[in-house]
Amino acid sequence: MVSPAQAALRLSDVSKSFGPVVALRSGSLEVAAGSIHALVGENGAGKSTLVKIVAGVHRRDGGVFELDGQAADFGSTAESKAAGVAVIYQEPTLFPDLSVTENIFMGRQILGRMRRIDKAAMYAEAERLFAGLGVHIDPRRPALGLSIADQQIIEIAKAISLDAKVLIMDEPTAALSGVEVERLFTVARQLRDEGRALVFISHRFDEVFELCDTVTVMRDGSYIATRPIAGTSVAEMVALMVGREVAELFPKQEAELGEVVLEVTGLESTGVFHDISFSVRRGEIVGLAGLVGAGRSEIARAVFGVDPYEAGRVTMKGVAVPAKNPRAAIRAGMAFIPEDRRKQGLVTEASVAQNVAGVIRRGLARTGLLTRGAENRAVGPWAARLEVKTSALDAPARTMSGGNQQKVVIAKWLATEPDLLIIDEPTRGIDVGTKAEVHRLLSELAGQGLAVLMISSELPEVLGMADRVLVISEGRLTADLSRAEATPERVMHAATHGSQEVA
Amino acid sequence: MNAPTAQPTTLLVEPSSLSHRDRLIRTVLRSRELSVAIVLLLVIVAAAIKSPDFVFSSTGWRDLLLTPSIMLLLAAGQTVVIITRNVDLSVGSILGLSAWLTGDLFLSYPGMPPLLAFLIGIAAGAGLGLINGVLVGYGKVPALVITLGTQYIFRGIVLTWAGSQLISASQMPKAFLDLGTAQILTIPVLFIVAMVIVVAVGYYLQTAKSGRELYAVGSDPEAAVLYGLAVRRRVIGAFVLSGALAGLAGVIFAARYGTVSSSAGTGIEFQAVAAAVVGGVAIFGGSGTAWGAGIGAVLLVTINSALPLIGISEFWQQALVGALIIAAIVLDRVLAARQARKLIEARDEA
Repeated sequence: MVSPAQAALRLSDVSKSFGPVVALRSGSLEVAAGSIHALVGENGAGKSTLVKIVAGVHRRDGGVFELDGQAADFGSTAESKAAGVAVIYQEPTLFPDLSVTENIFMGRQILGRMRRIDKAAMYAEAERLFAGLGVHIDPRRPALGLSIADQQIIEIAKAISLDAKVLIMDEPTAALSGVEVERLFTVARQLRDEGRALVFISHRFDEVFELCDTVTVMRDGSYIATRPIAGTSVAEMVALMVGREVAELFPKQEAELGEVVLEVTGLESTGVFHDISFSVRRGEIVGLAGLVGAGRSEIARAVFGVDPYEAGRVTMKGVAVPAKNPRAAIRAGMAFIPEDRRKQGLVTEASVAQNVAGVIRRGLARTGLLTRGAENRAVGPWAARLEVKTSALDAPARTMSGGNQQKVVIAKWLATEPDLLIIDEPTRGIDVGTKAEVHRLLSELAGQGLAVLMISSELPEVLGMADRVLVISEGRLTADLSRAEATPERVMHAATHGSQEVA
Repeated sequence: MNAPTAQPTTLLVEPSSLSHRDRLIRTVLRSRELSVAIVLLLVIVAAAIKSPDFVFSSTGWRDLLLTPSIMLLLAAGQTVVIITRNVDLSVGSILGLSAWLTGDLFLSYPGMPPLLAFLIGIAAGAGLGLINGVLVGYGKVPALVITLGTQYIFRGIVLTWAGSQLISASQMPKAFLDLGTAQILTIPVLFIVAMVIVVAVGYYLQTAKSGRELYAVGSDPEAAVLYGLAVRRRVIGAFVLSGALAGLAGVIFAARYGTVSSSAGTGIEFQAVAAAVVGGVAIFGGSGTAWGAGIGAVLLVTINSALPLIGISEFWQQALVGALIIAAIVLDRVLAARQARKLIEARDEA
């Protein structure tokens, strides 16, 4: 184990409350220089609060916080930066209008004569940093339009130019493709070898095991355990995180496959997707796999009628569904749960009951008026069935956790009694415990005869849940695999290789 | 920091291969400043063809340069504020207050040196700007609302103070009024002052550390906080600068026109915002230059005097200015969308 004198970053029994809400009860973390340390825990376990205390965004209420053995207490992000702490957030925080170089040096530009900014020196330094990281980015281009992966590289370059001793990455891989993740890991290992301390927060266990040497688990705002990676397993980590054994993360029920519900033929949209044909049967969960940006969500949006398509047809139970008409799609029995719940699936200011009742208003309203009582009566059974943990149906949706929000969105659509449920990234940003509940729910619904089209970037989720896996690569359907045929290798191969692979 | 020696593994976005000079030429050719300057030139040439006196008589030449001086200062100040994703609608009232203060001081102290009048005007403007800045910085209320409020408050102060009085040229010292007509090599001194300030503000924004931070604050205020920038101090500084320039503009107003009433500068704030927008300052902050805003200011002022000569009725002048503003914003959106698409396409190909 690491002795306190060696630790680049040491937090012990740190607490933080926001009013009556305790965000962090007793957080501890000890990271050695030259180490990549994983910090895992369910959403709401207090990881982000801990990170924000180190970053100087929040000030701790109590506990020990040391950097390199020196007591630390930051009142602002500027102070933590000066002390050699760099944080890379899940969503990089760059200035889109400014050049890549200015983004790296903002706040501590290289000054030349008369305290004027020395642009030439800054460009040269940026180029040197990029060369060191093994990437080519034009230092003069604006940050606007950079991919999230490239933006993270800029953030890392910034951290290196700060000569940060402690680098914290908060779910950096959430939006990256496999190649981009590899590049990020290469850079991370390089930084580790230079003797920096890295903290890596992730929900993906395979990444934690691939990259990190030590792992600290948090639960309910408290430190639970620290283990060397070599001496632990996924099962143990999950058990520590959840505090109970998760019986099974993917509780897939076998379901009787019925008649074809959704039939898509030759769907085409220039530059987005091409010649997409597939069908979904009653009781079947079809997984739509592929890299982020492959066109999966776009296909789902086109099927539901949100986006237009140029050729092809969509039928529900043999009846053609008109294009570009979501209302007709709902009438035909489709339900669509988009990826970004907060923006597209949920009125976060409205109550749970109003959200669920929103899509069935027409059926509820008597003499054109909608009463709160009618809403609650119609909604009650659904919320109960989904075990939505909210004190009252009147609670605003924004006050709930991501997992409960997702359940409300699902309840909302189930209230329309659909034949087909299209769900995009059903468990993104949802903690492990709730994930399994969402999975169980989907599986149950399929068992009751619902056809489910599920888009997911998490391979274990697709393989664990789907009866059939469709792989999309660069807008084309490159594989159609049964549950037995779908191995991680085959799916990834089809997702990363072009159209020659059609099964 | 030891230099890592990893080989370049992935090609992301190819660095530009242009030479320094080529890049400079391209930047200038593609700049908004150049296109607005060309429009300005066309307006002047068209007016001069119809009526050569517009440029080639001594009064024509003098008015051509002198009239935009006040707007130049306001546009430069407004640029600094808009770049931080704020707006200052109180500059017209600050100008009015400063102009009346100048006149009133000369009434009480006829022997006051003109330079002192300038310093007092600038200081008064800066003080009012500080009020704006503190309210915006600490109030967490949009600047649009704050400065709309202070616009009425500052104007109210002038109205209470001045009532229906008028301070006329005869009540101000000759040395001060002479500044309004003084020339160096046929160029009015006030225009030179205004130009020097626009150039200096633009240069400051481009090359000073705090200047670049203003752009950062406007580009993404939340990111600026995470970067550890002193966001509040920068925003307050921007309003102080804008107020100081409006205060200076008030003194120049008094010197140039010789008469001051309580209504001096009424409505001029919207012209200042328009000048900045036409000159390429993005209304949502983060981009644009004071130089562009300066050219935009000259264009808006000149159009007003040039259009009647070209034969466009007064009725259409306002509409034309409005169309120009909308065109500028639409152009910004189109260019921004095109650039974003180009950058994303470049990424796909890599």
